[in-house]
Amino acid sequence: MTVESIVFYVFATLTVVGALGVISMKNAVQAVLCLVLTFFSAAALWMLLEAEFLAVTLVLVYVGAVMVLFLFVVMMLDVDYASLRAGFSKYLPLGVITALALFGAIYWVIRSQVLGEIPEPAKNSADYSNVTVLGRLLYTDYFYAFEIAGVILLVAIIAAISLTFRGRRERRGQSVPLQHQTMREERLKIVSMESGRRQDAHLKPKKTSSKKEAPKDGVAKKSSSKKEPSKNKQDEAEKSEGKGS
Amino acid sequence: MLDILIDFFIIGAKTGLILGPLILAVAYTTYAERKIIGYMQMRLGPNRVGPKGWLQPIADVIKLLMKEVVVPSGANKGLFLLAPVLFIAPSFAAWAVIPFDVEMVLADTDVGLLYILAMTSIAVYGVIIAGWASNSKYALIGSLRSASQIISYEIAMGFALVGVLMASGTMNLGQIVMGQEGGFWHWYWIPLLPLLVIYWISGVAETNRAPFDLPEGESEIVAGFHVEYAGISFALFFLAEYANMILISVLTALFFFGGWLNPFQGIPFMEGITEWVPGIAWLLLKAGFFLFLMIWLRATFPRYRYDQIMRLGWKVFIPVTVVWLMVLAFMIKAGVGPWFAGRGVF
Repeated sequence: MTVESIVFYVFATLTVVGALGVISMKNAVQAVLCLVLTFFSAAALWMLLEAEFLAVTLVLVYVGAVMVLFLFVVMMLDVDYASLRAGFSKYLPLGVITALALFGAIYWVIRSQVLGEIPEPAKNSADYSNVTVLGRLLYTDYFYAFEIAGVILLVAIIAAISLTFRGRRERRGQSVPLQHQTMREERLKIVSMESGRRQDAHLKPKKTSSKKEAPKDGVAKKSSSKKEPSKNKQDEAEKSEGKGS
Repeated sequence: MLDILIDFFIIGAKTGLILGPLILAVAYTTYAERKIIGYMQMRLGPNRVGPKGWLQPIADVIKLLMKEVVVPSGANKGLFLLAPVLFIAPSFAAWAVIPFDVEMVLADTDVGLLYILAMTSIAVYGVIIAGWASNSKYALIGSLRSASQIISYEIAMGFALVGVLMASGTMNLGQIVMGQEGGFWHWYWIPLLPLLVIYWISGVAETNRAPFDLPEGESEIVAGFHVEYAGISFALFFLAEYANMILISVLTALFFFGGWLNPFQGIPFMEGITEWVPGIAWLLLKAGFFLFLMIWLRATFPRYRYDQIMRLGWKVFIPVTVVWLMVLAFMIKAGVGPWFAGRGVF
């Protein structure tokens, strides 16, 4: 029993348990979490095969990004689990046949290899770098396959965008560049007030109070009329932005 | 069998040597944060427990340990208790590949940079599960905000690190630092300046710190994803957040500011009188500066609105990083400056 074999058996068990959990969990969120566990343990197994780049990429891409979005969607969906399980006995024979066929196919492939004693993979020397080897292969022997995979992904992105794009909509949104360009004059109006008056002055009976009101009103009107053009400007900008997108 | 046990013991001891000081650093980062923000807001901050309040974090830890862990009714108990562990485990695991000095690293692996990215990205599960398992609307909203924020900023962060990768030509963190050897002007922060800014801001966003603390925005959703947690389970979230802050600060120092390298390297007089300073001291000094910046940010800026965060991440950061990666490629091929000398092809 070496350390590696202990680690192998621990993570192999976790992989199998996680995979079983994916199909047996009642709650979809828990099933997705089991799938995460499976991916993670599989990554650990790859690490044992000295494929550290692939292992970390599996964690980064599948566990860190794809499964998060998966979980996101599953959490948001309102699934009626009872109705999903309704036809279980009806579809059971079909499921069993499919499973057996798949098992048979895999067994048939593996049987042609060595079944029984599988030799331990050969250890690489200390300066072996999985990253270098993989990079060299990807950019030489499998260059076309690599590029074609990239193009297929690009097509998938364009397809997804065109499926969800529902044409131009008139939106009310804020234009951040316009907000940044705003000048002090558009937003701020400094009103000169008569100083030296106490706050509670209006409580005291004063003869001149009615007179003082008048200029104040004028100021208020002025500021509101000043506001209008800037508001129009914002509206215009929104419209033009809408056209642009 | 005996050498297996010895192996385990050595690995465990090394891990303890990293995690012990880290947890202590986390405790005193909370103290520093409260003190610094206190002084910035013309208050004193904690000053009652121990001399000048130095024992405050210890008192906080004891208080949190003593409190009862309340599981809300209708919560998924197993996942509810698992979430804090899932949040803290990656933020500790990421420290395995951090080099503190030449040869002073737990796992000297060739995929260190990718490993860091992977570990910071799987921490989001703790947040999502915490929000979902709590059976609370605020927690769920907080966790959804956090998930979308972390995924969005991870892209910009990843692109910024691609720049580091191109400049250094390796994913081994130790070799990235060694590539910057030669003093202050040889560090990558000059050729990668836009990427440094983006990495730093994305790092703040990834750790859910102000001004990007929407997942816990206390004015709208109380405490976001950890609203239902109390006692030690809350403390774990707290611990992980501060451990992540320290991690991002250390990583910024490693990637862009020469890690453990002496900043006075190559300057005749200063190099001589600072020769005795160990590398780890420089690293901690640089990281401490960035940690201070994070606290400073929190005291200075108001919280972003959700759509502003998304706009900044997707429409500003990602295009800027893509453009700078192209500029960087030209700089490398032209052999610009002391950073890429000898790699030019023209």
